[in-house]
Amino acid sequence: MTILAIDNLKGGYSEVDILNGIDLSLSEGEILTVAGTNGAGKSTLAKAIVGLLPRVSGAVRIGGRDILGLPAEDRIGLGIGYVPQVANIFPSLSILENLQVVQGVKDHKARIAELFALFPLLGERRRTRAGSLSGGERQQLAFARALMPRPRLMILDEPTAALSPARVADVFSLIARLPSLGVTVLMVEQRARQALAISDRGCILDGGKVALEGAATTLLADERAAELYLGRGRTEG
Amino acid sequence: MDAYLAAIAIIALIYMLLSLGLTLQYGLTGLINFGHVGFFAIGAYTSALLSLQGLPLALTIPAAAVTAGLAAWPIGLISLRLRDDYFAIVTLGFSETVRLVITSEKWLTNGVQGIPGIPRLFETISVGIGAQLAVMGLILAVTLAAIYAMRRIVASPFGRVIEAIRDNEEALQALGKDPAGFKIQVLILGSALAGIAGAFYAHYITYIVPDQFIPLVTFYVWMAIIIGGVGRVSGAIVGTGLLMLFLEGSRFLRDIVPGVSEVEMASLRIGVVGLLLVLFTIYRPQGLMGDFTKR
Repeated sequence: MTILAIDNLKGGYSEVDILNGIDLSLSEGEILTVAGTNGAGKSTLAKAIVGLLPRVSGAVRIGGRDILGLPAEDRIGLGIGYVPQVANIFPSLSILENLQVVQGVKDHKARIAELFALFPLLGERRRTRAGSLSGGERQQLAFARALMPRPRLMILDEPTAALSPARVADVFSLIARLPSLGVTVLMVEQRARQALAISDRGCILDGGKVALEGAATTLLADERAAELYLGRGRTEG
Repeated sequence: MDAYLAAIAIIALIYMLLSLGLTLQYGLTGLINFGHVGFFAIGAYTSALLSLQGLPLALTIPAAAVTAGLAAWPIGLISLRLRDDYFAIVTLGFSETVRLVITSEKWLTNGVQGIPGIPRLFETISVGIGAQLAVMGLILAVTLAAIYAMRRIVASPFGRVIEAIRDNEEALQALGKDPAGFKIQVLILGSALAGIAGAFYAHYITYIVPDQFIPLVTFYVWMAIIIGGVGRVSGAIVGTGLLMLFLEGSRFLRDIVPGVSEVEMASLRIGVVGLLLVLFTIYRPQGLMGDFTKR
């Protein structure tokens, strides 16, 4: 069943369009990687879906409903979770307070307990200020917070950006677990090969349009994709 | 207690109310308000004018809070979607506009001549240390109530959201919150507190003129919270106390520093405060109370 459908999505931050007519769909339980070169529009696409892009046109449908006219705050109620690229936690609040900021969650305390069970390290350090966490721990917290309202779809904007190579694999293994929690994933990622390795499908943006799309394994084996976008046999760390 | 010391304490308490308002706005929420004195002025003139019409101070002081808070509402609506630096410029422009309106609208405010004969607090107590102590007690009680309210706010869900706005507004939006609504509430609350401070000031000084409401007042409050530690209620208290001590204490430096005129000493004082600010920004950006008071 299609959970997210994007039709002819255009838009940008000022007069110039960064997205130039994107068509994309995502089925429930899938992990989709959106890759592409710098400036291709990957993060802009993520922002457009969650309602943080000032100027957009086209259609973004969640479960068949067009949400493009809704402000960001109303889209969350429809089951979208968003993990921004780097500054994705509230550093002066404790780990617990970062989760408590998310309101309107049914059985709030029980949900926090569930997430601490899922992320034991966060539970152990619940009173620690989030600003003192390492990059990998911050990313765990950002995921936990986005999971608080039990989203059906999570938009991840470069979840491994600014992480040490040792932590990258941890974050990808965390993302790979999300479908088992009932969460569909659209992940924008620079480390395209590693991201595709845990994805069902992938799409590559170029100049604000979808240049290539298909099964992750097909894209990984695609000569043109490897040549132009993924780096031929490059080992990413 | 010496009447002079009581006077310093009263002015310090009034500034503490201003600092608490700015701590709520900037320290906790990240709103750069360079027009705090505008709301202080609105509170002072509102309470002064109403009390001269015969209304009791028990009504005019809350009215000052309401008027200052209401003045903040449209400013917030118009400008809170602006970037931080533009918002700061708008608020600075607002406070100067307030001062110009007060200066120009003679029919209401008596223009540059100001408003003399504003009723004192506790008029039934004759002028002297007794009246000073009663005023100090009242403002201290209000300041303590404001501190208590601030601490409750910090520990509440509302407090978590406004701190989250300061930390990362976009991430908060991604959680389904509209930061603008919270920011407007904070702007109103902080401005209402400035309005109360203005009312106390008017009824303590009993004579107000537009020149008492220049941007320097706002920047004294900024200095206080930066020295004490932004985002800390205790920082607002300690910073204001120290700033007032320095500003008043340095008046006596002229007696021991030869060849410095009163005007030169006033400039020197502001220069030293500026230097202190620079040093704090470089060496102790978290202020004196800094991390010590973090929950």
